[in-house]
Amino acid sequence: MTDEAHSVGHAAHRSRRLGGIAVQVALLLLIGGLAYGAIVNAAQNLARAHVATGFGFWQNTAGFDISQTLISYSASSSSFGRAFWVGLLNTLLVAAIGIVLATGLGFLVGIARLSHNWLLARIAGGYVELIRNVPLLLQLLFWYNAVLKSLPDVRESIAVPGGGFLNSRGLFLPRPELAPAFTAVIAASLTGIVAAIVLHRLARRRQERTGEESPVLWPTLGLVCGLPLAAYVLAGQPLTFSVPEMGRFNVRGGLEILPEFAALVLALTVYTAAFIAEVVRAGVLSVSSGQSEAAHALGLRSAATLRLVVVPQAMRVIVPPLTSQYLNLIKNSSLAVAIGYPDLVQVFTGTVLNITGQAVEVVAITMAVYLAISLLTSLLMNLYARSTAIVER
Amino acid sequence: MKRLVTALSCAVVLALATSAAGSQTLKAVKDRGELICGANGTLAGFGIPDPQGNWTGFDVDFCRAIAAAIFNDPTKVKFVPLTAKDRFTALQSGEVDVLARNTTWTLSRDTSLGLDFVAVTFYDGQGFMVRKALKVSSALELNDAAVCVQQGTTTELNLADYFRTNHMGLKTVTFATGEEALKAYESSRCDAYTTDSSGLFGERLKLAQPTDHLVLPEIISKEPLSPAVRHGDNQWTDIVRWTHFVMLNAEELGVSKTNVDEKLKSDNPEIRRLLGVEGQYGEALGLSNDWGYRIIKLVGNYGEVFERNVGQGSPLKIVRGLNALWTKGGLQYAPPIR
Repeated sequence: MTDEAHSVGHAAHRSRRLGGIAVQVALLLLIGGLAYGAIVNAAQNLARAHVATGFGFWQNTAGFDISQTLISYSASSSSFGRAFWVGLLNTLLVAAIGIVLATGLGFLVGIARLSHNWLLARIAGGYVELIRNVPLLLQLLFWYNAVLKSLPDVRESIAVPGGGFLNSRGLFLPRPELAPAFTAVIAASLTGIVAAIVLHRLARRRQERTGEESPVLWPTLGLVCGLPLAAYVLAGQPLTFSVPEMGRFNVRGGLEILPEFAALVLALTVYTAAFIAEVVRAGVLSVSSGQSEAAHALGLRSAATLRLVVVPQAMRVIVPPLTSQYLNLIKNSSLAVAIGYPDLVQVFTGTVLNITGQAVEVVAITMAVYLAISLLTSLLMNLYARSTAIVER
Repeated sequence: MKRLVTALSCAVVLALATSAAGSQTLKAVKDRGELICGANGTLAGFGIPDPQGNWTGFDVDFCRAIAAAIFNDPTKVKFVPLTAKDRFTALQSGEVDVLARNTTWTLSRDTSLGLDFVAVTFYDGQGFMVRKALKVSSALELNDAAVCVQQGTTTELNLADYFRTNHMGLKTVTFATGEEALKAYESSRCDAYTTDSSGLFGERLKLAQPTDHLVLPEIISKEPLSPAVRHGDNQWTDIVRWTHFVMLNAEELGVSKTNVDEKLKSDNPEIRRLLGVEGQYGEALGLSNDWGYRIIKLVGNYGEVFERNVGQGSPLKIVRGLNALWTKGGLQYAPPIR
């Protein structure tokens, strides 16, 4: 290429690049202008309609009761901010339990669908097809009505062994009351868990070096269970139970598990597990069949093959869609409004919004909170995904 | 590229366009040709469609009276069913012109929501309903009871206050709509159901065995029910407010749907002003002068509306009580039309 052609080519390339940058800057300014204009417009309309704005409502007294509170809350002295935290904790509780249960069930069903047992595979397939195609709201209402209708009335409660009651108002169990000395037991159990992990690492290293397996089971049990037990006895048994008792209308005291909570967890678990099952199935199928053939040739049986060879490799494919399913579960928990479970949307975007009338602020806060929870979850899952990625040597 | 730019500039124009100024509601309603009224949709006696789909109820008739005054036709109303959660947003955003949905007049709603309440059309109070089988005869015996309540209402707040004042334990079960709350009460999820006393009688009719349930005698709060309009449109507020006062004055003066045509020939100056035979009060409001006649002829006076929707002419059989005219010992008192 001649020098002249070279410089012409360079100039054309540079002007095209500058033109591209100019268009992007113009687009950015336009979008920024739109957003600013929309916000200013909303503020002006609210001011003209004399609707209160600002976040001053956060400190005002709530005045309403919430049926499940993980932290202390009272209608007369707690603020709207406190109600927000109560709702948020309820959402996180449902999401956490739902994620754990859905993952467990989803893995089971997904692998069952690949089973050589014809009946098991068909049942798992039927479950997935049925649950995936019915809207979650309908499933939630089904579980809620099924849970409520099948349980007896308060006055005919089923007595749970250990001093509890089961009726249509909920499951009432003895509530553990922890004395301050209980922190010693917690510290002991944490120490036990850490020591057990260290023990497993050491045993694995020894096996890789010498080929000999070390006895791990009993020392692990001793560390994880025995240490806390010893601490419990030494600290003077700092654990009592407050037993629920039957009042004129309701059961008083004890640990209360609401039927709304049970229905929501059931519905979310069953629904999300169907999707997770398909994700797991895709992941397992993505591992080349040569892997399981080689494992069988080495003498490993099906269960061990799955556990040691196939699933660890499948995790690379499973984790990204699994993150999406977790985020779906967290957001679907907002369907609690349909059955009256006091999660964040029900308490904050429902009651607080209606009492204060400040729709813009309340909905913006709720959206920001869900965004933060989802971003945190996907961050953690991405960190885990990095650990399962294939590393080039 | 060109289409993208056009679409974006249209979006900019729309986003920056300001909403219609506040004082135009009457003009907007007339241009549209019908009134849009926010109603309950599930409360018997106040706002509910009948099996043929025609809306009936105390608040529904109030909206029909406004439509009669503006259009001389009480059917030119569109009813939008609203839950307790979205009723205020619907009014604030302009989705409805007037909210007639058994809404209690409170200070916080009057100020921070950007609404105006026009006049108390129904003096009510909050009560409880329980199963007779529980053998409860007073609300003070409801210690530790579970109570079903609708979310986002003054009912929820009053309930907490009442139980706290009387040192009773409370378990609330809140639901988004009154229907869900009632269903939960019927399935024994809770021991008692609470809402405005007038609503209790209406809701009791929806239960499978209405005679198994008892409305407790305690009225634990003041619930002055009033239609609401947006802040800033004084002409519209006046129209809605004086619709109610026309209906009250008509009952006071003995003018009803059946005899209004004869009363046109009356010598009584108050009746003549009421029906628009004398004076230009209608035009002062932006309506025709016979607006009072239209309301009485097409809908009726306050007493007729009360009796046929919630009183002795209805299944609810609520007595006038506080809602009787001031001349009969009640609280309904209208300023004079002059």
